[in-house]
Amino acid sequence: MALLSKKDANLIKDPLADNNPITIQVLGICSALAITAELKASVVMAVSVLFVLGVGNVVISLIRNIIPAKIRIIVQLVVVASLVIIVDQVLKAFAYELSKTLSVFVGLIITNCIIMGRFEAFALGNGPWKSFLDGIGNALGYGVILVIVGFFRELLGSGTLFGMKVLGDPVTKTGLYSIGYENNGFMIIPPAALIVVGIIIWVQRSRNRELIEEA
Amino acid sequence: MKEKLHQIKLKYQGKKMAPAFNALHTFLYTPNETTHSGGHIRGADDLKRTMNTVILALVPCLLFGMFNAGYQHYSAINGFPESFSLFDHFLTWDNFWVGVTTVLPLVVVSYGIGLGIEFLFAVIKGHEVEEGYLVTGMLVPLIVPVDTPLWMLAIAVAFGVVIGKEVFGGTGMNILNPALTIRAFLFFAYPTWMSGDKVWVHEAVERAGTADAISGETVLGSLAAGSDYSYSLADMFYGFIPGSVGETSTLLILLGGLFLIFSKIASWRIMVSAVVGALAMGLIFNGIVDAGWLPEYSKFYTLMSFPYWQHLLVGGLAFGIVFMATDPVTGSQTNKGKWYYGFFIGFLSVMIRVFNPGYPEGVFLAILLMNVFAPTIDHYVVRGNIKKRLKRFKTATIYPKSSDEVDSLKTETA
Repeated sequence: MALLSKKDANLIKDPLADNNPITIQVLGICSALAITAELKASVVMAVSVLFVLGVGNVVISLIRNIIPAKIRIIVQLVVVASLVIIVDQVLKAFAYELSKTLSVFVGLIITNCIIMGRFEAFALGNGPWKSFLDGIGNALGYGVILVIVGFFRELLGSGTLFGMKVLGDPVTKTGLYSIGYENNGFMIIPPAALIVVGIIIWVQRSRNRELIEEA
Repeated sequence: MKEKLHQIKLKYQGKKMAPAFNALHTFLYTPNETTHSGGHIRGADDLKRTMNTVILALVPCLLFGMFNAGYQHYSAINGFPESFSLFDHFLTWDNFWVGVTTVLPLVVVSYGIGLGIEFLFAVIKGHEVEEGYLVTGMLVPLIVPVDTPLWMLAIAVAFGVVIGKEVFGGTGMNILNPALTIRAFLFFAYPTWMSGDKVWVHEAVERAGTADAISGETVLGSLAAGSDYSYSLADMFYGFIPGSVGETSTLLILLGGLFLIFSKIASWRIMVSAVVGALAMGLIFNGIVDAGWLPEYSKFYTLMSFPYWQHLLVGGLAFGIVFMATDPVTGSQTNKGKWYYGFFIGFLSVMIRVFNPGYPEGVFLAILLMNVFAPTIDHYVVRGNIKKRLKRFKTATIYPKSSDEVDSLKTETA
């Protein structure tokens, strides 16, 4: 007996691969560009979105039958905003340095298109359990891309991972730096994230040609 | 040799590696498959010929760059010669040898990596190898500092060819000039190797901090730092100044430019309008200084008061205008559009030069920016033309012909 039925499992699996919110639906790009210079920030952002989207989808799904259609966007905004404030306060209390790095982008989770998109497209029409799985799936799909981009940008741009100097010390010239290697400053600036995301899209679409859109 | 290559080619026909062998054969010889008799007239100016003409125009710059690498190196160590003589101080074997050991590896790496990627993509995608990289591969070593580490160049070339060209569909489809994409990548990725007063002279980086440290600041670098430069106008024009490998000699660039204009490879409209644009911006800046609007302590003062026409002699402006702005793929296609395109390249180059806080050079940024705008310019030129014709058509009086043919109408402009 599987934990999830096949249909339910697909709710989580699809956004991770062939229906990824960033690489296929091209949503939530702004935050993917802004905060992926460090792996740590990417992970925290991914977890924050996971919380907001998972809980938010359930809440919206529970009250979906009593929301008047005319003001549903405002109701959705109120739900996201409350959840984001919780995330923001938790970060400020327990990871102050990190919350400073993420600065406004935690607040801007409210405007992350993925969240409103899932509320509108899924939670308003499905039950809480399915909505929960859908939210988790999409947040994971978003998070996976964020972590991949963050990994390459931090490794190539600063030579570190989670702040640890994995390639050696650029000042005292140890490790790779002793043979003349240097950090790639281009990877630190946001345009590099666009290119890394572009390469991920390229790789994904050449592995699965059905994903290529008609020109 | 030719027959052998042809045999190999036939053997691999239809196989995966076919494009690679085809390219090798076509590059060295005329293929056997071309028609030799009959009623075909084949134009000689194919892509290969075009590319080779540009390379020919670049060779003087490359040779000069090799000598200049040595000249700047030894002059930085021993001091500049008091009475300069071309053959005693410049065209010497010592200078040339420095050029061979520093510049040639750049050329080899640029071609090796770039063509390797072109071959790879041709094999994977199953199309023929295009000649587009031949010019790019030659331009790249000429627009980087002499001591650029080879692995950096290799990464930049790989980035430029793949992201700048192949993802858009290869030669002829790229939006941005690949050589400048490579230059921009190097500049943003490794700024310490692309600017400052240590990178323009061979060995200056290794010697930094030691007793026999040497340096050589470019004219623009000195100006941006607010200090004076010690080069005469003749030095700047002939190119005996520090700078990227092949862009110092305005004279040879001018000759190469004339060669390209007379062989009708490059657009004279772009070159002329770019020069006009640069002069215009220079005049505006000079005017601001003359009018006394800019206090002397301003950090832009020295660059803004630099005589307007001398902007063409220093930095990469002349090289960029002649060899980069005129790229037929990334530039404007319409004749009217070329005027706007060129003008803004010159105009923006000088503007970025003066206002760029990190680096007193803006030619590559200006050209890349205008590359992006080139299709827009063309779009409006074409639209403008359609509008003009529609207007002419509206005001035109159409007389039916006196004959019975109703549909043959005579249009006259009113």
